[in-house]
Amino acid sequence: MTVRVPAGAAKRHGRVRQGLRRQLVHQLDVKGSPYAYVAPFFLLFCAFGLFPLAYTAWVSLHDWTLLSDVHKFVGLDNFSQLLGDDYFWNATFNTLSIGILSTVPQLLLAIWLAHLLNRPLRAQTLFRVTLLLPNVTSVVAVVVIFSQLFGRDFGLINWVLSWFGLDPIDWQAGTASSHIAISVMILWRWTGYNALLFLAAMQAVPRELYEAATIDGASGYTQLRKITVPMIKPTIVFVVITSTIGAMQILAEPLLFGTYSLTGGPDRQYQTLSLFIYENFTKLDFGYSSAISWMMFLFIVVVVGVNYLLTRRSRGNLT
Amino acid sequence: MTMNMGVGGRGTVSLARRLTYLTLTAVAFFSALPLYYSVVVASRDNAALAAVPPPLIPGGNFFANVSRVFDTVPFALALLNSVLVAGSIALSVMFFSTLAGFAFAKLRFHGRNALLVVTVATMMVPTQLGIIPLYLLMVKLTWTGSMYALIVPALVNAFGVFFMTQYLSRALPTELLEAGRVDGCTTWGLFWHVVVPAARPAAAVLGMLTFMSAWNDYFWPLVVLHPENPTVQVALSTLAAGYVSDYGLSLAGTALGTLPLVIVFALLGRQIIGGIMQGAVKG
Repeated sequence: MTVRVPAGAAKRHGRVRQGLRRQLVHQLDVKGSPYAYVAPFFLLFCAFGLFPLAYTAWVSLHDWTLLSDVHKFVGLDNFSQLLGDDYFWNATFNTLSIGILSTVPQLLLAIWLAHLLNRPLRAQTLFRVTLLLPNVTSVVAVVVIFSQLFGRDFGLINWVLSWFGLDPIDWQAGTASSHIAISVMILWRWTGYNALLFLAAMQAVPRELYEAATIDGASGYTQLRKITVPMIKPTIVFVVITSTIGAMQILAEPLLFGTYSLTGGPDRQYQTLSLFIYENFTKLDFGYSSAISWMMFLFIVVVVGVNYLLTRRSRGNLT
Repeated sequence: MTMNMGVGGRGTVSLARRLTYLTLTAVAFFSALPLYYSVVVASRDNAALAAVPPPLIPGGNFFANVSRVFDTVPFALALLNSVLVAGSIALSVMFFSTLAGFAFAKLRFHGRNALLVVTVATMMVPTQLGIIPLYLLMVKLTWTGSMYALIVPALVNAFGVFFMTQYLSRALPTELLEAGRVDGCTTWGLFWHVVVPAARPAAAVLGMLTFMSAWNDYFWPLVVLHPENPTVQVALSTLAAGYVSDYGLSLAGTALGTLPLVIVFALLGRQIIGGIMQGAVKG
């Protein structure tokens, strides 16, 4: 038996179905497309950020070289070998030393510069542009330029020192002198950038606070310490953490300062952890260098955690 | 509005002011000095560099040094590669960051805040740690030595997403989107016709920043590329590594690889700085 459906009803039915479908598509569009839009970032991060990190842990548990297809599982052998490796501890010391020498003065200088810039000045834009100029320069260029400046025989810096009757310094040879030279390069490249981040935060601090403080007779330095620093605390925490992570990973500066010496100088006097990883990487000892990577990751977590607690806890008395 | 920040009387204000200008000028001087001196060295022959006192003004040897750069490393190819890599990365980061920033700033979906927090947190993951497996991955994909190895992992990043989210949540009026919805726009249509035009200024700044950092990227290209098909930074490090004392040569290469960026930066510096400072305001 066939049921004759009136033509109008069929049409209406079709319209309802069409409407339903449109609504469904609309729902799917509204509910689904946000996920589709943020998906590229997360997919890419999983493939090239998260997966490598996890895989590093797996490789570090193996005797893994590119030369052989057999990767023997060795448990924590790489790590126990690492803990007894003097070169590893040397690299750890160098990383911490260069990290502290470069980061601490850099952040203090950046806060102070931002404080100076945070007032109506003529040529404000010009000062900001020159401040950021070092950051535009590539790290390779920076190190090549500074290696020349720090040259033992014909370097500009030793020439200036000679005005004060100082003997030329062989910057690359000593532990302390090479650490200073490398820290200066990092300091030069990053101070302006961080100063701009601080300046951005400072501009959000209400002017009335300063006006009130000025009426109460507080000096510029006191205002910096008691108003500015507490008010921009979140930015300080952020900059301290990113700078710490950056400092723990320093590689290009020591590598190029030693004109491509993977050991960071003949006595490993400025071999950082990253450079130590790279040295073992070029030896194709992937298991061992993965183990170093994970130790470095642990160090970073610890150092960042300590820094976070310190900057969080200090109330206004950061400087 | 007058601001006598910090100091009391009129006379001391102008003294403090003068000190401020003096300090900032000194800082500007030291920021520019190494770049200036690299041009001096790049335009001298090595005999002049051995003189005491060292030369302080540029000489006439720049083009001779430059042609030696092109003889020593495939510098033209390196420039081409760098433009290709940095250009594609910048375009892609602009696109995907605007897309994701739109979703985070203006669309409602479950888990939005959590995902945004995760995005910011990924900025804390040190990228260098993954270099070994990343290299193994590139070996598997047979991308070692190829520009794909540089471009694909960098197609979008957390900073860009966060930056565009910040900008769009402030600069894009929600009413505009609602009006578009009423007119029957799909989400994609809204993105294309409403969001992209509004996002243009910030996206341009993001593109510039991304271009610069891709241009200056050093370690990963060094690991994954071969010296005969380098980017600018890899070529520069070859120059610096092979010719220990030949600073005229390596600094001529440095000037060639840096000057394009410095010029662009000098022209667009104001916008770029504005962008960095916008992206920096965070809680």
